[in-house]
Amino acid sequence: MELSRFVTIGQYIATESPVHRLDPRTKIGAVTLLMVVIFLVRDFTGYALLTAFLFGIVVLSRIPVSHVLRGLRPIVFLLAVTLILNVFFSGIEGGQVLFRLGPLVVTREAVVRAVFIGYRLIALVVATSLLTFTTSPVELTDGIERLLRPFRRIGVPAHELAMMMTIALRFIPTLLEETEKIIKAQMARGAEFERGNVFRRARALVPVLVPLFVSAFRRAEELALAMEARCYRGGEKRTRMKQLRFAPRDAFAMGVTVAASAIFALPFETWVAFLR
Amino acid sequence: MTPLIEVRNLTHVYNAGTPEAVTALREVNLTIGRGDFVAIVGGNGSGKSTLAKHFNALLLPSEGEVIVDGLNTRDRSAVWEIRQRVGMVFQNPDNQLVATLVEEDVAFGPENLGLPPDEIARRVQDTLAAVGMLEHRRREPHLLSGGQKQRVAIAGILAMRPQCLVLDEATTMLDPQGQREVLETIARLNAQGVTVIHITHAMEEAVHCRRVIALADGRIALDGPPAEVFRRAEDLKSLRLVLPPVPALAHRLRRDGLPLGQSILTIDHLEDELARLARQRLAPRSGSGEASETADGAH
Repeated sequence: MELSRFVTIGQYIATESPVHRLDPRTKIGAVTLLMVVIFLVRDFTGYALLTAFLFGIVVLSRIPVSHVLRGLRPIVFLLAVTLILNVFFSGIEGGQVLFRLGPLVVTREAVVRAVFIGYRLIALVVATSLLTFTTSPVELTDGIERLLRPFRRIGVPAHELAMMMTIALRFIPTLLEETEKIIKAQMARGAEFERGNVFRRARALVPVLVPLFVSAFRRAEELALAMEARCYRGGEKRTRMKQLRFAPRDAFAMGVTVAASAIFALPFETWVAFLR
Repeated sequence: MTPLIEVRNLTHVYNAGTPEAVTALREVNLTIGRGDFVAIVGGNGSGKSTLAKHFNALLLPSEGEVIVDGLNTRDRSAVWEIRQRVGMVFQNPDNQLVATLVEEDVAFGPENLGLPPDEIARRVQDTLAAVGMLEHRRREPHLLSGGQKQRVAIAGILAMRPQCLVLDEATTMLDPQGQREVLETIARLNAQGVTVIHITHAMEEAVHCRRVIALADGRIALDGPPAEVFRRAEDLKSLRLVLPPVPALAHRLRRDGLPLGQSILTIDHLEDELARLARQRLAPRSGSGEASETADGAH
């Protein structure tokens, strides 16, 4: 069975929702802002509100919650290591001792900090995956290109970056398919990929990677020729079929995100004092 | 009216000036008229792909000249105009699609031409309809079959409104179904006025063209309507080109003594001819067998 026939490019989930319809630039901007805010929040109230906010977006975007949680799987290991290190080796002197484990002292402050750091990681992944779940790769690259365009003057190759992303995305399934073919071809010649220790397995991949690279270079050359034949000459004078347009809903979404960010980032006491 | 493409004394040498210099084309002279449907056939290394890449300035002549619609391919300022006029579809459908969505890929060419967005959208719509891929416009290219990918590639070229479509072995990597899809598409486009140059080593695909050019060793060996070119079975053999199945069968039958006509290209035509012969044989005054023997001897 060829796996690559079922691979979809990127993580995009095409559930129609208000979040999907937002301009990609709005979404990229909002997520960038939230990523900063995640590191600014200092108290439990802030995190509670942030969680509620993220959850609200998940519901609004009609992405199944289970799907969002599955996106956390790759960071489980990182999360565990971070938690353990921060709980046992926090380096916090003094504080309220919770328990001792041999030479290790676990304080309340250390646990709180570990939880905060772990939570930040989770929130980061949820926020960014919300972007990739609700924005197709095409919109994403378009958005990035247009956001970077003002920086062209200081030498940021906005168009080239976007083009490279598009081509990379376009060729992921093609190269996956090719990898499968090469693995099968090498297996037919007696290569073993599932036996032996890590090093042996890594070495077994060399006869897969070499032809894969050779063919990738050949593909690159042919693609370059085909692009030239289609009058490609870089970003100069190039127009785009799809125009991005800010709609009122984009202003609304951005406004809500900025307001929410301010609320999350300022300590609870400041608000209490302010409201008095 | 000036011809669309004019090739004068074209010689092309790869790696010129180095010990690995290879002469791919030798003094080729060729004129291709507007609206024509030309097949360029030849074995590996005959120079057919090299010739094709001269039609849109992907390669420049080592000697001689290529004039496209009055523009010399050596003129660097005319390169983009030439490429807009002569579009090219390549062999591997996977290596010429650029974007992650069918419609975005078709838009790639017109976007490079700097057209206004609504004009691009209109062309994408029209050309996808012209190749019968409109219902796939929102799909990702890797989920399409080979023939479908190649039709998308054709649409991507058509969207630049070229006068000429060059297919550089565009059917070679396809299965029979995909080949049929592409051949039907280009025949339809030709009927609508697009000049088509179909480069192939599948001789049977040349049968439906209006003109066949056989290349051998970088030279034009045969040039004419298919009926004329495929009549010269012995010449083709000496060029190490095989006859397409139907003309080959007709040739064999003729050699075995059946007085078949000379210009049989399609299976329908062969069927008619055989039916005609059968009727003659069944007719009272026979002896046509004798006649065919002498005809064969003369052949």
